[in-house]
Amino acid sequence: MKLLFNFLIFPGFLFSVIVGLMACWVDRKVSARLQWRVGPPWYQNFVDIIKLWGKETIVPEDAKVTFLFAPYIGLLSLVLVATILGRALIWPQSGFSADLIVVFYLLAIPAISLIIGSSSSRNPLASVGASREMKLVLSYELPFILSIIAVIIKSGGAIQLETILNSQSLFKSHIASLSGTLAFAVAIFCAMGKSGLGPFEISEAEQEIMGGTLIEYSGVPLSVFKLNKALMLYVMPVFLTMLFLGKDLSPVFMSLKFVMILVIFILVKNTNPRMRIDQAMRFFWIYMTIPAVLAVALAVFGL
Amino acid sequence: MSHKVIVPIGPYHPLQEEPEFFQLYVEGEKVVDIDIIIGYNHRGIEKLAESKHFDQVPYLVERICGICSSSHPYAYVLAVEDLFGGEKNVVPERALYIRTIIDELQRIHSHLLWLGLAGHFIGYNTVWMWAWKYREPVLDCFEMVTGNRNNYAMYKVGGVRRDIKDEDIPVLKKTLDELVPALDMFKGAVMDDPVIQARLKKIGVLTRQQVIDWCVVGPTARASGVNIDIRRDEPYGVADRIDWNVIVEKEGDIFAKTVVRIMEMYESVSMIRQSLEKLPRGEIDSNIKDIPPGEGIGRVEAPRGECIHYIKSDGTNRPIRHKIRAPSFMNVASDKVAAVGGTISDATITLAAVDPCYCCTERVTVLEKSTNKKILNGWDLIRLSQEKTQKLKEGLGV
Repeated sequence: MKLLFNFLIFPGFLFSVIVGLMACWVDRKVSARLQWRVGPPWYQNFVDIIKLWGKETIVPEDAKVTFLFAPYIGLLSLVLVATILGRALIWPQSGFSADLIVVFYLLAIPAISLIIGSSSSRNPLASVGASREMKLVLSYELPFILSIIAVIIKSGGAIQLETILNSQSLFKSHIASLSGTLAFAVAIFCAMGKSGLGPFEISEAEQEIMGGTLIEYSGVPLSVFKLNKALMLYVMPVFLTMLFLGKDLSPVFMSLKFVMILVIFILVKNTNPRMRIDQAMRFFWIYMTIPAVLAVALAVFGL
Repeated sequence: MSHKVIVPIGPYHPLQEEPEFFQLYVEGEKVVDIDIIIGYNHRGIEKLAESKHFDQVPYLVERICGICSSSHPYAYVLAVEDLFGGEKNVVPERALYIRTIIDELQRIHSHLLWLGLAGHFIGYNTVWMWAWKYREPVLDCFEMVTGNRNNYAMYKVGGVRRDIKDEDIPVLKKTLDELVPALDMFKGAVMDDPVIQARLKKIGVLTRQQVIDWCVVGPTARASGVNIDIRRDEPYGVADRIDWNVIVEKEGDIFAKTVVRIMEMYESVSMIRQSLEKLPRGEIDSNIKDIPPGEGIGRVEAPRGECIHYIKSDGTNRPIRHKIRAPSFMNVASDKVAAVGGTISDATITLAAVDPCYCCTERVTVLEKSTNKKILNGWDLIRLSQEKTQKLKEGLGV
């Protein structure tokens, strides 16, 4: 019963959706202010989602069954991640062994659900989007794993979130070390790639392929994909906070760190044009993987 | 992969605000061929112009395009003044300066508009918003001088309609002074940003020979090392009395096109400053009453390239033929060589890099679908129109 409550209400579905949509609003508002615009009111994202629920769901004639299932798979896995992270933060004893690995796997699923959904719609633009998303997944996963491995080595080989949290104290978090800083920088860009933000919004690219992966979606399934994006904006900063920014668990400091990472995302997003997919792959494989390997090496030597 | 997929850009597409249709034939991400289909926006302006008298036509032709709404009327009045032996024979000094000021202000606002759109097309919305923010003061200047942000209604055969008031000149100068730091910022932001360079360099390349073969005009041609500019080659207004440079780049890629447009804005600022400095006192209109018969051509360097208007007069108060050739008509075709061989991501910015203006370009064509052969010409259209009128008359019982 408690698990169900955790999953559905706090810190799972309801809570993370609300925080995620508010994070989306912060994104839109800060972007707007950077671009000399006014920006939407705080409830804009909620209204957008609710509006989509009232819209007709159009399914392409020869779409596969997976077309409608795909968004929910992504949503389920993200809510699960939000639950695990939230429980590890609030009730540290409740974690299970190797929950870091589980979180890592679950974080890969939303991108896969996007690929499945868009390629079952049989739209040529969606298939271009899906192939781009696939290439993107292949490029950012390696440096992301490496940066997490650096953290694992720094926390003495722990693959449990609780142990990683406990290995950092208030003034001695992982980011304070050389390897931690490197790994954090890499992880920020990989997290942006995962959330499809800014320069890595390659699979959607409305000016090039008209929304790409999402082109055939409408109504409720579209709103679920939008929720996935919003949840990503909640889950990724929280995950990075836990891995790199240390233990201080008071809500005020926690939200400060959360907003800080969010603002880094937004600034990078607004000061860079969208990359081409081949450039993004080169970026991750060379400019991100080498620092990540370096971070792992430094972590081995205890720096 | 040898599997060809058609990626449509258009007829309605978030990329561009006008209806146009590009069919990209792609293999994977690579564009192997492209079909350009335009003609969604035909409004019969040439025919309409033949039913208006000479003083009404400028109002009509400036509505061809909201962005070049100085170039088209300017080219038109030049064409009519060609019947008198040229602009300098009939137009008072002060009007010449005012014409150049308006034309160069228009170039600044058009290039800023393009810069913003180009930023938007490569997913850099911050540049988009900032460029359009700095375009606003220029439009405010237009509103102050002409009463409108667009469609200025400044040109008339033999002069200009409105004077620039003395109290407006300091405001114009102040706006230009404030614009230069903004231009410096854009220059820095574009030229030093490694990601922008990665996105724009060495893509959509038009070589010098291709530019000549495809008759490309304007900044698109100048970015490929072709040194053409109507303002210098066949001066109008006061372009031959003030100091300015034709900006030419060699590379021919989209980065070069961006650089040419940004540097041209500096030249325009300098041209307006000099014109305001030298602005003489006197009449602004020579009150022409009769248009002699004959044929006249007006050529203007619009922000997108050479804009040509041809006028045929038979001595009455209406042109009996008015032909318009907009610069985009020449430039859009060059997408065929520029976009093929690139990726889909590059295709969008390549298509936009010629600063296409479809509503300028559209003249009617009716094609046979299977063979793409022209099946209607001008006389066919007139016949069709007469037949329809006949039918309507019958329907009304006239």
